[in-house]
Amino acid sequence: MTTRVGVVTFPGTLDDRDSLRAVRLAGAEPVSLWHRDKDLKQVDAVVLAGGFSYGDYLRAGAISRFSPVMETVIEQARAGMPVLGICNGFQILTESHLLPGAMLRNNHLHFICRDQKLRVENAETAWTADYEAGQEISVPLKNIDGRYVADERVLDELEAEGRVAFRYLDGNPNGSLRDIAGITNAEGNVVGLMPHPEHAVEPLIGTGRTDGLAFFTSVIKKLVTA
Amino acid sequence: MARVVVDVMLKPEILDPQGQAVQRALPRLGFDGIADVRQGKRFELEVEGPVDEDALARIHKMAETFLANTVIEDFVVRVES
Repeated sequence: MTTRVGVVTFPGTLDDRDSLRAVRLAGAEPVSLWHRDKDLKQVDAVVLAGGFSYGDYLRAGAISRFSPVMETVIEQARAGMPVLGICNGFQILTESHLLPGAMLRNNHLHFICRDQKLRVENAETAWTADYEAGQEISVPLKNIDGRYVADERVLDELEAEGRVAFRYLDGNPNGSLRDIAGITNAEGNVVGLMPHPEHAVEPLIGTGRTDGLAFFTSVIKKLVTA
Repeated sequence: MARVVVDVMLKPEILDPQGQAVQRALPRLGFDGIADVRQGKRFELEVEGPVDEDALARIHKMAETFLANTVIEDFVVRVES
């Protein structure tokens, strides 16, 4: 049976097509999910793609978090289903309290769009098992609300439990505390990050590298062996 | 109809680069003597019916779950006369 990975489209989502494509290139069946539909169409995992859902009104991710599809996503994520939030998807995951902390305006107030070097700190999550701990990858980064913040107690807890999944290398692009680019929940099934692995899955486009593909192959392997 | 105002501000320990940018622009415009600026959000709610304890409790809940993200923001609810 083919693994089915859903990608949610909210009004204002931009990267759903690229995420569906990445899922297909990794070898799974991509399934489009709609924000007003609670039905997850029997997918095995969900990607919350990047963009500006609901125009980032109120706060990035704040309105999407209460959409019908998120009711089911939150329930399933708590039950162990793999969920990946990329960029705006990461913001939705923090607003949903599936991941701790919050995202704020970049400290320099500029929109960033560039290739970004990252270190994979945790290669044991559902979305990172095909990497090696400490591996350095390069994927595009593009956002204005990318500054990760959480209080010191939460940051210490994340560090102690190995839940900082990705860290920025070669300079902090947005003022994120402790250079955090992405985190995981304690169970390792919910992962969020600001950079865009779905834009780095084919040698012909984007960075010219395929450093992002392993996110999607990781989750397929995880689901097949589960 | 009564108006209830919800003011939402970043917590004091959270860096506010937008407020800093405003503060830095002030001297250039001839407005001296402002040591710090913090930027926040103000919501004006036109409430149907009486603004009693029950209504305020609901607005408080609304602010806590939606208008503010209490991970990074504080909020104040007040009735405007």
